[in-house]
Amino acid sequence: MSATTAPVPGAAERLWRGFSENRGAVVGLAVMLVLIVVAVLADVVAPHSPIEQFRQNFLTPPSWQDGGTSQFLLGTDDVGRDILARLIYGARLSLVIGLSVVVLSLSLGTVLGLIAAFAGGTVDVAIMRFMDILLVFPSLLLAIVIVAILGPSLSNAMIAVAVVTLPNYTRLVRASALSELSRDYVTATRSAGASTMRLMFDTVLPNCAAPLIVQASLGFSSAILDAAALGFLGLGAQPPTPEWGTMLAGALQYYQRAWWVLTFPGVAILVTVLAFNLFGDGLRDALDPKLKR
Amino acid sequence: MFRFLLRRVALIVPTFVGVTLLSFLLIHLVPGDPIEVRFGERGIAPERLAMLRHEAGLDRPLWQQFLAYEGQVATGDLGKSVVTHESVWTEFTTLFPATIELSVCAIIFAIVVGLPLGVIAAVRRGTAFDYGLMGLSVTGASMPIFWWGLMMILVFSVALGWTPVSGRIADQFYVVPWSGFLLIDAWFSDDDGAVRSALSHLILPTIVLGTIPLATIARMTRSSMLEVLGEDYIRTARAKGLSGVRVVVVHALRNALIPVVTVIGLQVGTLLGGAILTETIFSWPGVGHWLIESIQRRDYPVLQGGTLLVATLVMLVNLGVDLTYGFLNPRIRR
Repeated sequence: MSATTAPVPGAAERLWRGFSENRGAVVGLAVMLVLIVVAVLADVVAPHSPIEQFRQNFLTPPSWQDGGTSQFLLGTDDVGRDILARLIYGARLSLVIGLSVVVLSLSLGTVLGLIAAFAGGTVDVAIMRFMDILLVFPSLLLAIVIVAILGPSLSNAMIAVAVVTLPNYTRLVRASALSELSRDYVTATRSAGASTMRLMFDTVLPNCAAPLIVQASLGFSSAILDAAALGFLGLGAQPPTPEWGTMLAGALQYYQRAWWVLTFPGVAILVTVLAFNLFGDGLRDALDPKLKR
Repeated sequence: MFRFLLRRVALIVPTFVGVTLLSFLLIHLVPGDPIEVRFGERGIAPERLAMLRHEAGLDRPLWQQFLAYEGQVATGDLGKSVVTHESVWTEFTTLFPATIELSVCAIIFAIVVGLPLGVIAAVRRGTAFDYGLMGLSVTGASMPIFWWGLMMILVFSVALGWTPVSGRIADQFYVVPWSGFLLIDAWFSDDDGAVRSALSHLILPTIVLGTIPLATIARMTRSSMLEVLGEDYIRTARAKGLSGVRVVVVHALRNALIPVVTVIGLQVGTLLGGAILTETIFSWPGVGHWLIESIQRRDYPVLQGGTLLVATLVMLVNLGVDLTYGFLNPRIRR
């Protein structure tokens, strides 16, 4: 896994050219941008508050169906909350979840992976064995167990998902750092008297960046998906938080007579996860054509 | 080969000890004293609590407790459910066939549909079929399956009334539980209605659980086939005048299958994780449903023992895949 994204002139331009060849990736990027704008401007775009209950309007269908009103474009839920508003605020939550989880597991995984690669010996074995043990558990099951220990809440769900994805980053960083360590430029920097810290973060890490960036963008989508699954099982965000998975759990009792309560939050999850996956795939192909599948 | 086998099996031991350590810690990290929790609202006198804690060994140092736990696990004693007072092992083995039945059907569905689709996409590279399939495949891999399952119920069970909403078989059928696999048991019961009922209950959960493996297998088959189809020996085979089908199926597919088989082996974890969600949605009486219920009932011995058993299972299957792979490909044995 060679990493060659040194900031030579025109690197960004070449990256974009490679990336924009992939139509799916461009669509993914566009959807991501829309989501980010919507999430940031939620207070402005959302037609209502996500937790305001309109007591005259329980389970109002979407506006185009009989009985729907233009006041609630996508209808209301069982306590009269506007679904569109909840989805918009949910987008904000989902992006925050994805970002926090990726930042948490990426930074911890990077440090652990670098330590394993640099220290070698027993430290290396200990770290990597621990990662192997984490990988033995089906990821959702491990996340469930962690939440069972910490107690169900959105922040605990995020911690759980971050722990579950930790091994991916650690393994990736260790593998690319090890392959960089044998290169001449590292030996040169070392013999010039650079400290281990400097070698780790300043010399080696930037050259491991390409696969990490790809993993992070794909990790974003799996974080959103896993957090939504935990929310759905009642182990993530708690009502009335407008988290998409939690909204689906709340819809369980009504979905047979109110399809919209169930359909829209799921579509939101699917579209968001899909966008990040398409973007990540495109990024991988553009950054490292050898990985192209 | 023997040394390779020995080394791989030996590597399992520390992993297993680590897994038991994690599941041991689980019950000690959960807030609340297990004895006090058992008595709940009624409360318990401090002297009696101390006595019971002593009897259960909870007043000993943690490492001693861990060694004792390790000894218990080694003899197959995984504790008792706080709710049903049944041993965790018995409950697990009673429910596990339902999970296996569902998972096996799901993976068969994923292979039977995914493999041919991947091959066709590779052969017709760049056509609308190829693009369409790859689009569907990335969508399938992004699917929140808990929502997908509910949508299937909404369409096929509620709106169309084709399939039942939940369970494994309709109430009016009684099938002697012989193997625990309902499909097999119903088959031997000579009651066509029972077989049909079991099948109709199985179909939606199978599709839902098989969706992500299906997407992965189709994608992997396509890319692996594309690589093989570019090889020289394929051109030779074509030049010899062999029919297109023969070249693709006999020459190319056989070699393209190696990475696909690995991917299928790696789906075990995905399947068991997905089974938790699928079983919850369809009230499928399997291990996943049981684990989620154990959390809701705060039945921590069940959660602990069940998690340990599932992790051990994944570990053993991974070992099996590893060994098979080493058997098929001598270069891996080192």
